[in-house]
Amino acid sequence: MTTPSIAADAESVSIRRSVPIWLLLWRDKPALVAAFWLLLIVACVFVGHPLFVDDAAVVNLSARNAAPGFEHGFLNLLGADPLGRPLLPRLIVGARNTVMVAGSVVVIALTAGGILGMLAGYLGGIVNTVIMRFADLLSSFPSLLLALIVLYVLEPSVANLILVLAITRTAIYLRVTRAEVLELRERVFVDAARALGGSNAHILYKHISPMVLPTLGTILTIDFASVMLSESALSFLGIGIQPPEVTWGLMVSQGRNYLASAWWLAFFPGLAIMLTALSANLLSSWIRTVNDPTQRWRLEAPAKPRTKE
Amino acid sequence: MFYFIGKRAFQSLITLLLLIIAVFFLARLTGDASSVLLPVNADQALVDEFRARNGLDRPMLEQFVTFFGNLLQGDLGTSLRKGQPALDMVLQAYPVTLRLAFTTMFFVIVAAITIGSLAAHRPGGIFDRAVTISSLTAASAPDFWVAITAILLFSVQLRLLPTSGYGGWEYWVLPILVLVLRPFGMLVQVVRASMISALSSPYIRTARIKGMSERRIIFVHALRNALLPSVTVAGDQMVGMINGLVIIESIFGFPGIGKLMIDAVLSRDFPVVQASIFVTAIVIFILFILIDLIYVALDPRIRHT
Amino acid sequence: MTTTVPVLTVEELAVQFRTGREIVRAVNGASFAVHKGEMTAVLGESGSGKSVTATAIMRLLQSPPALVSGGVIRFEGTDILDLTEHAWRKMLGAKIGMVLQDALTALNPVYPVGKQISEVFRVHGERNRRVAYDKTIALMERVGIPDPVTRAEDYPHQFSGGMRQRVMIAMAIALQPTLLIADEPTTALDVTVQAQIMDLITGISREFGMAVLLITHDIGVVMDYADHVAVMYAGRVVESGRVGEVLRHPLHPYTKALLRSAPQALAKGSRLNPILGTPPDMANPPSGCSFHPRCPSATELCRAVAPPRYVTEARLAECHYAETADEYA
Repeated sequence: MTTPSIAADAESVSIRRSVPIWLLLWRDKPALVAAFWLLLIVACVFVGHPLFVDDAAVVNLSARNAAPGFEHGFLNLLGADPLGRPLLPRLIVGARNTVMVAGSVVVIALTAGGILGMLAGYLGGIVNTVIMRFADLLSSFPSLLLALIVLYVLEPSVANLILVLAITRTAIYLRVTRAEVLELRERVFVDAARALGGSNAHILYKHISPMVLPTLGTILTIDFASVMLSESALSFLGIGIQPPEVTWGLMVSQGRNYLASAWWLAFFPGLAIMLTALSANLLSSWIRTVNDPTQRWRLEAPAKPRTKE
Repeated sequence: MFYFIGKRAFQSLITLLLLIIAVFFLARLTGDASSVLLPVNADQALVDEFRARNGLDRPMLEQFVTFFGNLLQGDLGTSLRKGQPALDMVLQAYPVTLRLAFTTMFFVIVAAITIGSLAAHRPGGIFDRAVTISSLTAASAPDFWVAITAILLFSVQLRLLPTSGYGGWEYWVLPILVLVLRPFGMLVQVVRASMISALSSPYIRTARIKGMSERRIIFVHALRNALLPSVTVAGDQMVGMINGLVIIESIFGFPGIGKLMIDAVLSRDFPVVQASIFVTAIVIFILFILIDLIYVALDPRIRHT
Repeated sequence: MTTTVPVLTVEELAVQFRTGREIVRAVNGASFAVHKGEMTAVLGESGSGKSVTATAIMRLLQSPPALVSGGVIRFEGTDILDLTEHAWRKMLGAKIGMVLQDALTALNPVYPVGKQISEVFRVHGERNRRVAYDKTIALMERVGIPDPVTRAEDYPHQFSGGMRQRVMIAMAIALQPTLLIADEPTTALDVTVQAQIMDLITGISREFGMAVLLITHDIGVVMDYADHVAVMYAGRVVESGRVGEVLRHPLHPYTKALLRSAPQALAKGSRLNPILGTPPDMANPPSGCSFHPRCPSATELCRAVAPPRYVTEARLAECHYAETADEYA
C-alpha cells in the first residue's frame, strides 16, 4: 500500500484562467461601440481641438447656412452656420469644453461627496445630522436654479460653472457613500481592524474606501452623462459657457432660431450630446455587469446552452 | 410614528430657514434690481426713488428682518416687475406644474415597473437588451434637444400638434412625451436592477418550491422587495424633474413655476424668485416625508427598529 | 432492504456547470432511493455535489450555467425531468416539499409569516381565505410555534432561527407531501435546536408516512435519525446502504475516514483525525478513483482505473477493494 501522496494533488489543481477584459468588452457589442465613441471624443479633446480650432472660426460667407453635404468641402460635411463657419470642426472643438467641464465637475463632486459621506456614515451622531441636513439642502435646490442664481452673482465663467455644478452633484455621492459606509461599519472586519488598534481615519482610508470606490465608480460614469446634460442645458439657456467659447449646448441654442431653415445647426450638436451621454451610460452598465459576480458569467460564456441534454 | 414625522418636520424646518437666509443674501448680492429694471440711461433721481420705494437702500440686515417679519405673516413681497404679490403669482403657477409633474410621473412609474419587471425576468435576453438600450438612450437625451426635435417633427413637418402654448390636451402631448423620457430611462434601470437582485434572493427559491406561477413570483414576491430602492429613486426623479420642467415650460410656453422662475431670475425679480424657491422647498420637503412614509409602509423591518 | 417501490429514485444523475471556459462536473453519477416513511441521508463534505443534487431534483437549477447532462429522476414512478413546467409546478409544494437552510434569508421579509404559510394552500387551489387561515394556525401548532394566532401576523425577522425553521417546515408539509427534501435544515442552528427540528421532521414523517431526503454533512444527524445513507464524494455516490450497516462496517475508505474524523466518536482528550488533503477540483478531477490522492490504502490500480461498483443486496460501494473489505460477502 502506498502512502498518500499529497503531491499528487497538484495535478488535480489547476489555476482557473479568468477571461481577459477586452474579451468581456467584445462580448457586449453596445458597450464596445460606446467605448469607441468615447475614445473618439477623447481624441477630439486632445488631438481634434488643436487641429481644428482655426478651421472652426473661419467665416465663409459663401457657405452661409449651408446644408449638410460635400458641396463646400469635407469640413462642411455637416453643414455650416449663418456665418458660414463649418459645423463639423465646431463640433470637434466644442467637445473639449463640454467634456472638460463635465469631467472636472464629476471629479470634484465625487471627492467632496465621498469624503463627507464617509464622515457622516462612519462618525454618526451630530456630524451625521449636520452633513445630512446639508445634503438635503443641496437636494432641495433645483440644481438648475441654484446654477442660475449663482451664475448671476458671479460672472458665468468656466470655473464658476464647474463650481456650481459640482455643488449640485455632491449630494448623490454623499448619500451613496454614507449608505455604503453605514452597512460596512457593522461588518465584522471593522471590529477586527479596531481590535487591532486602527484609528478611525486609518479604518476609513484603508478598509472602507476600497469597498466603496467600485460603487462610486459606477455612479461616476452615469453622473458624467448627467453633468454633461446639465451644462448643456445651462449653456442652452444662456448662462453657461459664453461665446466665443463653444460647447454643444450653446450650439443648440444658437441653432434654435434657424429651426425651420437650417435644422442641422441645432440637431447635430444635440445628437453629439446624446451619443456621448449614451456611451457613458452604456459603458457604466457594462462595468456594473462585469463587477457583479451573478451577472458576469453572461459575458464570460461564449455560447448559451439552452436545453438540457 | 408621529414622533418620527414630527422629528423630520422639525429638521426640515431648520433646513428651510437656512435656505431662506442663504437665498435672501445671495440674491441681493447680485447687485441692485434697479439696474436691470430701469433703462440704462435713467437718471440717478429715478434710480434713487425706485430704490427707496422698494426698500432697496436699507442695510441688508434690516431688509432681512423686515422680510422675515412679512414672511411670517404670509407676505412674501411684491413682484418688482408686475406689482402683484409674489406669493400669489407663485401659487397661481404651481397647479399647472403639479398637474404636469404628476401626470408625467404617473406614466413614468407605470411604464418603468411593467417594463423593468419583464426585462428583469430574463436578464441578457433580447427584450432585456432592447429595454436597456432604449432606456439608456432615453436617459441620455438632452431634454431641450428632444423638445426641439419633437417640435420640428410633429409640429413643423407633420403639423400634428401645436408648437407651444397652454390649453387642451393636444398642448400637453409633446411636453409630457419629452418630460417622461429621462425619469423613465433612469427608473426602469433601477427597477430592473432591483428586480434582478430580488429575483436572485433566497426567498424566491422558497417561493418556487411552493409551486407558484412565474407571474406570482415576479409581481407578488420580487416586486414588493424591489420597490424599496425604486421608491427612493422615483422620489429623486420627481425632484430632478423640476429642472426639466424649467426648460420644458419655457420651450412650450406653459405658465408654470418653471417658466415663472426663469423669467424672474432673468429679470432680477427678487421677491418672485424667493417666493418660488420657498414654496418649491416646502413642496420638496413634503415630498421627502411622503417618500419616507411610503418606504416605512413597504418595509416592515424598519417599522420594528 | 425494503421491498416496496421507492418514492424517489435517482439513477446516474449528472450535472455540469459551464463557467468561463471550463466545464465543472459537479455531479457525476449519483444514484440512491428514498422509501415511504423512511429517511435517506445524502452525506458529504461541501463540494461533494450533494446540494446540487437536491437542487437538480427540485428542478431549480439555473441553466445556463448549469445543465443536467445525464440520469433519470423518478418520483412515484414518473420521470420528473420529462414533465412540463406546468405539471411540475402542480407537484411542487403539494407532493414534494422542501426545507432549506438559513430560513432568515429564505423567507420573504415583507410579508407576515402566516400569509406566507397560507400561500401554499392558496397557490394549490384553496380559495377560501378562512379555511386557509385555520389550516395555517393548525399547522403552526403542529410544528411547535407557540401562540400561533399572534405569531402569524409577525414578520420573519421577529422570529428566532429555530422558529423560522419551523415556519419553513410548516410551509413544506402543509399539503402533506409524499416526499420532503431537507437541504441542511439544521446547519445554521444551535445543537439543542437541531435536535428539536430533527425530532419534528421524523415525527411528521412517521405520522404521514412521508419519505424524507436529508442532505447533510453532519454524521451525528445521520447516525441518530436516518434509515439509509448515501455517501457522496466528488460528485459520485461512493457508498450507500442502511445506516447501521454502513456506519458499523464501512466499505469505502472515504466513509471510514469520515467516521474516524467525527468528533463524536472520539474519546475525550484524543486528537482529531482529519482526512488528509483537500477536496478535488471538479474542473479537473483526479484520474481513476477520485479519492485516490487522499486514500491511505490507494494503489497504482486506484490511480489508473476508475473503480467498479460493488453491489450486494444491502450495500453499494465504489472501490476496487470493496469486496475484500466486505466480510459478509
